Amino acid sequence: MSHAATDPATTAPSTSHDDRGNQVYVAPGWKLTWLRFKKHRLALVFLWLIGLITIVATIPAFFATMDPDDSRAARAFRPPQVIRIVHDGTLTLPFVYAAESARNPRTLKLEWTVDRETRLPVRMFVKGFEYELFGFIPVDRHFVGIPPAYEGSTVHFLGTDRLGRDQWSRLMFGTQTSLSIGLVAVAISTLLGILLGGISGYYGGLVDNVIQRIIEILQSLPPIPIWLALSAALPRTWSVTTVYFAITVILALLGWTRLAREVRGRFLSLREEDFVSAARLVGASKMRIIFSHMVPSFMSHIIAAVTLAIPLMILNETFLSFLGLGMRPPAISWGVMLQEAQNLQSVVNAPWLMIPGLFVILTVLALNIIGDGLRDAADPYAN
Amino acid sequence: MNEDRGDVVLSVRNLKTHFPTDDGVVKAVDGVTFDLHQGEVLGVVGESGCGKSITMKSVMQLVGKPGRIVDGQILFKRNRDGTNTEEVDIAKLRTNGKKIREIRGGDIALIPQEPMASFSPLHSIGSQIVEAVMLHQDVSKQEAKRIAIEKLNEVGMPSAEQRFDAYSWQLSGGLRQRAIIALALACNPSILIADEPTTAIDVTTQAQILELLKRLQREHGSSILFITHDLGVIAQLADHVVVMYLGRVMEQGAVSDVFTHPRHPYTRALLASIPSLHSEPRIELPTVAGGIPHPLQRPNGCPFHPRCPDAIPGTCDVAMPKLLDVEQSKVACFLHHDEAEEADA
Amino acid sequence: MHLFILKRLLIAPFLLAIFSVIAFVLIQAPPGDFLTSYIAELAQGGTSIGQEQIEALRQQYGLDRPTYVQYFVWVGNLLQGDLGTSFEWRRSNAELIGERLALTLTMTTISLIFTWAIAIPAGIISAVRQYSGIDYVITVLNYIGLATPNFLLALLIMWFAFDQFGVTVTGLFSPEYVAAPWSLARVADMMSRIWLPALVLAVAGTAEVARVVRANLLDELDRPYTEMARAKGLPEWRLVLKYPTRVAIAPVISTLGWYIPRLLSGGLVVSVVMSLPTIGPLLLRSLIGQDMYLAGTIILLYSVLTIVGTLLSDILLALLDPRIRTA
Repeated sequence: MSHAATDPATTAPSTSHDDRGNQVYVAPGWKLTWLRFKKHRLALVFLWLIGLITIVATIPAFFATMDPDDSRAARAFRPPQVIRIVHDGTLTLPFVYAAESARNPRTLKLEWTVDRETRLPVRMFVKGFEYELFGFIPVDRHFVGIPPAYEGSTVHFLGTDRLGRDQWSRLMFGTQTSLSIGLVAVAISTLLGILLGGISGYYGGLVDNVIQRIIEILQSLPPIPIWLALSAALPRTWSVTTVYFAITVILALLGWTRLAREVRGRFLSLREEDFVSAARLVGASKMRIIFSHMVPSFMSHIIAAVTLAIPLMILNETFLSFLGLGMRPPAISWGVMLQEAQNLQSVVNAPWLMIPGLFVILTVLALNIIGDGLRDAADPYAN
Repeated sequence: MNEDRGDVVLSVRNLKTHFPTDDGVVKAVDGVTFDLHQGEVLGVVGESGCGKSITMKSVMQLVGKPGRIVDGQILFKRNRDGTNTEEVDIAKLRTNGKKIREIRGGDIALIPQEPMASFSPLHSIGSQIVEAVMLHQDVSKQEAKRIAIEKLNEVGMPSAEQRFDAYSWQLSGGLRQRAIIALALACNPSILIADEPTTAIDVTTQAQILELLKRLQREHGSSILFITHDLGVIAQLADHVVVMYLGRVMEQGAVSDVFTHPRHPYTRALLASIPSLHSEPRIELPTVAGGIPHPLQRPNGCPFHPRCPDAIPGTCDVAMPKLLDVEQSKVACFLHHDEAEEADA
Repeated sequence: MHLFILKRLLIAPFLLAIFSVIAFVLIQAPPGDFLTSYIAELAQGGTSIGQEQIEALRQQYGLDRPTYVQYFVWVGNLLQGDLGTSFEWRRSNAELIGERLALTLTMTTISLIFTWAIAIPAGIISAVRQYSGIDYVITVLNYIGLATPNFLLALLIMWFAFDQFGVTVTGLFSPEYVAAPWSLARVADMMSRIWLPALVLAVAGTAEVARVVRANLLDELDRPYTEMARAKGLPEWRLVLKYPTRVAIAPVISTLGWYIPRLLSGGLVVSVVMSLPTIGPLLLRSLIGQDMYLAGTIILLYSVLTIVGTLLSDILLALLDPRIRTA
């Protein structure tokens, strides 16, 4: 530090002390956000979880153990089979016990008993039903399952439903539908939100007034009845894919208002910021001001808001499908699966039918925590 | 030091208020010592971030989390009824305990920085003054209201009785500041702590408010701790001055002496940066070189040495000079003595 | 104050008009003429309908005239207190809705009370004791509350109560009171059951409101007026409740406007799962059965309740905040 003492006027004290600090000072906004986000341990853990769920949603067939539509009455309401590694007190490779069903002569109900003698080995990357990866690569390997040698036996980690379909496999495919509906609906409403919110916030005046009134009216509508009414209006004859897109659009149509408000608020406050005035004074064009000055400075906020909007969409799809007005069978989504657990009797009969609900909770929870972490990290004035 | 000053009412000894954070401990106040005498105005100056506000908050035990008084004493001569005096060490009192709550508002009152934000927008100013009166005095509601209106009159609030029911956002900046002063005076405190009370208002109103404070101080004989970064205000109002830098006292003494004979290089630099009526026109004003270092990277030795034009290599960057009597003032600088503080705990 | 409320009151009919258009669009949304599909359905079931009757219905709804005329006929009927007739139930819509309205409102109100009674104290404790154990517990519960669809929560509770205690918690009345006429005992019976669905319904909102209260209060606790109150010598809890909390809960009250529609929507699903005789299942059934005039009327009713809720929150807000009162 002796040089500082000899020439104090030219040496800023911070340079020699704080190299890491200086990197922080010059980092772009998104990098700062990421640095702050990384400190939020819980959010980071859930980010990994969402990554995992996304992989499942991309290639559900790889994770499924059998065809999700394969139904057999003899397999109905089979309880979940636990993967075990201890048999008769000795450690072995993972396996499940087989189970036998018998019809109760009095109630005529199918009753399952675990057969503690027969073991079915559970292995990774086993051969199973054929499917096409990404729609064109034929594959028959699966993440887990029982080896082909035990043909005729099936494994159901999460039990089976009323028609004897494997819940685990259905859950994998349902993840794809539910997650993608959430994403696409949010993408549409984000576009609408940024566009209308941006116009509203940047131009102000009459345009702003009209858009704000529309948002207010949309926001004061009771959402679920409107969704229900719109979904009920979809013709019964439409194909699964058409319904899928229709539902997505319906969800997005009422979902963009929150984001538009957020974007407008940011635009309004940024318009008054010095750096925007400075850009205007040096003669930057409107487009340049919006896209290279204003948008980057609220991008983190938008990402956070979008992350928080996805779980809402997922919950809404689940609601609609659960009530029978969203996705319709044979489509598989979390909501469609939960339809099987619609009344007390079926739940008491087969509590495992509620398991897809736990996945909904976990996914929504994870996305909410990540979104909150991002939002806190995006605020430059926090701490 | 000159002996014609009144009794010491508040004595701050080696006060340390630290803020433990995830990245390290911020030593906002790190060994501050000064005395406030009966009936005097003590000015505390320094750049923003020098710890002057935290020092004042410590005196009222108002330091917010995670800040904590870690060492030192704040000896306050408490004298409610005019007969028996008790000495209280505020630094040892429990935050928000019963004792400190009696002292706050009752014996030591705060005149805050932002009068606008210091009144709740949802309650009338009158009700907020009445509340303070009733907290510390055993009076009826009517009596409290009478006192509140009396105080509003005293601070020169026009048509005080109508303004009693007004909300802070219905008043102008100057009137708000007057209302806040009325609130501070509500229980006749012996010490007023004014935390940059004039920064948020325009210059004309500022002069009026300073005039008001001077008058009130004369009339009540109360002591005022006046915090500011404005040396001009100190010159107008204060009897004594404490110059702070990075949580430490650099120099202190009578205003007349310190301003005419600044001894610490920091005080000199501060005074040199004020434009003077007598200086040449169009000269470049000197500024204090460099900026305040990051709070987590305090320099070793004298905290001012990296910016000090007279720093002595091998001395100033190694040890912290003690605050010692030099002629009529006290100075912490190796240019004036060579006594260092013992290695810090 | 009066001027402010008057202004709000004047906006209401305007909003109502817009909502009626939206409801009518929804009535018209299903493909085909509802009367035709209704007749077809009846014919399928073996019943036939007289030509005069069809004509009467056609006249009543003005189906032979252009769409906008149909709208005005519908609104005109509504304004005269004629809510139309349900095809499916063969009863007047007013009757069908009326007998369920009281229950719906009771459940919504209880739910709202639960929400505020739990969320506001939880938010306050969470903010005042930021980063303490109780703050973490409340935060975790909030996240779970936000993530759990209320129908799933209802299912879980129903299953748990039945599996563990053999109790059936569905329905709003014990068997002996289901068909009984209203009496004090019947009301008591309903109250002993309605709190559970109301609580289930309140969970998500409670989580959200508690988060809002916490965030707002954390902001307000840093404001100079809070410190000033402390500098006056006020005890901590008293000052927190008197000053920053009052500012922090104002936005919560202003959320009534959207929270009431949310409660009504959520109530629909909870009612379906727990078989409660509220308006929700009626709407669902009318939508699935394409009994569109009944559905449209219910949606319009929801909108009216929303407008009432917004008005209520505006009045409450004005009472709480003098800045709005005098504006």
